[in-house]
Amino acid sequence: MLKIRDLKVNYGAIEAVKGISFDVPEGKIVTLIGANGAGKSTVLKAVSGLVKPKSGSVSFMDEDITSKDAALIVGRGITLVPEGRRIFSDLTVLENLKIGAFLRRDSLTEDLNWVFQLFPRLKERSWQHGGTLSGGEQQMLAVARALMSRPRLMMMDEPSLGLAPLIVRDIFDIIREINQRGVTILLIEQNANMALGAADLAYVMETGRITKSGPGSELLRDPAVKAAYLGS
Amino acid sequence: MRYLPYILAGISVGGQYALIAIGYTMVYGILRLINFAHGDIFMAAGLIMIYLSGPLTLWLSLPLVLVLTVLLGFVVERVAYKPLRDAPRMSVMISAIGVSYLVQNVALYITGGLAKTYPTIPWVSDTINLFGAITKRVTVITPILTAVLIAGLVLLIKKTKIGMAMRAVSRDFETSRLMGIKINAVISVTFVIGSFLAAVGSALYFANYTAIVPTSGAMPGLKAFVAAVFGGIGSIPGAVIGAFLIGISENVIKSGGSGWTTFSDAFTFVLLIIILVVRPTGLFGEKQTDKV
Ligand SMILES: Nc1ncnc2c1ncn2[C@@H]1O[C@H](COP(=O)(O)OP(=O)(O)OP(=O)(O)O)[C@@H](O)[C@H]1O
Ligand SMILES: [Mg+2]
Repeated sequence: MLKIRDLKVNYGAIEAVKGISFDVPEGKIVTLIGANGAGKSTVLKAVSGLVKPKSGSVSFMDEDITSKDAALIVGRGITLVPEGRRIFSDLTVLENLKIGAFLRRDSLTEDLNWVFQLFPRLKERSWQHGGTLSGGEQQMLAVARALMSRPRLMMMDEPSLGLAPLIVRDIFDIIREINQRGVTILLIEQNANMALGAADLAYVMETGRITKSGPGSELLRDPAVKAAYLGS
Repeated sequence: MRYLPYILAGISVGGQYALIAIGYTMVYGILRLINFAHGDIFMAAGLIMIYLSGPLTLWLSLPLVLVLTVLLGFVVERVAYKPLRDAPRMSVMISAIGVSYLVQNVALYITGGLAKTYPTIPWVSDTINLFGAITKRVTVITPILTAVLIAGLVLLIKKTKIGMAMRAVSRDFETSRLMGIKINAVISVTFVIGSFLAAVGSALYFANYTAIVPTSGAMPGLKAFVAAVFGGIGSIPGAVIGAFLIGISENVIKSGGSGWTTFSDAFTFVLLIIILVVRPTGLFGEKQTDKV
């Protein structure tokens, strides 16, 4: 569904992504793990159209979307739950959800019902300002906001960052539920244990390159991965 | 009552400052840019009116002034600010100062440096007697029109999709783009609204003056800017309150007699210094913390 070929991204003189290639097959949960600064977020930003790659290509459903406008990419069905949640703090919860559907002109009722069913807490707080939510609630809102665009591919950048283990479990349950509804997931995680456990397919990224790939359960048993990312 | 005419004049001027101040505060809110050219666009609206009202009837030139001023604001943003979107903020400020001088110089060239007589707008410029105070009808029209326009603006920002996008963009460009919002379109809308209100303000303001010179935008522009800072730059209600406060204060000071009239301008700037020292974020200014 998503094909990345020899993607290179620079920030000025810094080579953040040094030519990576990988695929995200439709309907799967795919994870990209790697140390801080490996370039994971940059890959997602390049796919979303937030940064322009230096070279290489990104294609989605056989359409070349390299360096396309962010709005066009959202319109094609790719959404990003950004690192650090990036909730609009002075929009209400409901407005945050509506703005997630900014490009849509059809009725939002069905989708609102669905996200409120996934995250009942958001319904209770729909009139509250986004900035007044707790960290966990903000993460839920960020996921719900992304769903409002009716994505076919949802990319998530470290959704478990700074959350209590119990909430992380909830978030992962919800990721599986969203996936079962037919949304393909590309997940970036520091929490490699959870991510590999959930992933059909996993890639390991080190300083701008992919160094390993395989089914999540396989990488979970890989000694080198264990030593580097699972702390054992 | 001795002060009544001054208070009335103050409310009226305050409304005019408010219409200019909203442009400063909205642009700052979205781009963190002090648009130094805004006062000159306000002056340009006056000049456009002068040149159009010669050949055309007033009822044709008034709407045309609005359209052309909006176009000017739009073009200035596209040509002088948009290419600098990723540049340091100081570069954009300098570009804004450049535009300010450019507009003044073009005005100087066109007018040949002569003061141009502003047309009297029938009915609006008529003299009326209000509770025993002799004044022009514009004194009454200004606060009413200002209130209506502000109410419309608040509705637009709070209730419409484009308003929601403006609020989102003013907080976080990158995430707004992720939502599919076209940042440049939203910024253009902001300049269009600001220039529109400045054009309305200009017709009301210059109705009280006989002539315009290329620097006529400087003083009202500066006062509206102080109003925006006083209210907390970025905040629309803040700018409106600041504008009325400055308009009323400087006119009440004038009631002290001719010696005080000179002091009325200085008052505004003393106020600016006091705010910057005591409360740099102004009345409703945002706290520094919430920018990601
Ligand atoms: N806006 C930027 N300007 C300059 N350099 C940047 C920018 N964003 C990221 N970088 C650099 O690019 C490299 C990759 O950053 P990136 O954020 O993609 O890493 P990451 O794998 O997501 O790390 P983390 O796990 O800490 O989120 C880093 O060296 C980082 O310092
Ligand atoms: Mg990252």
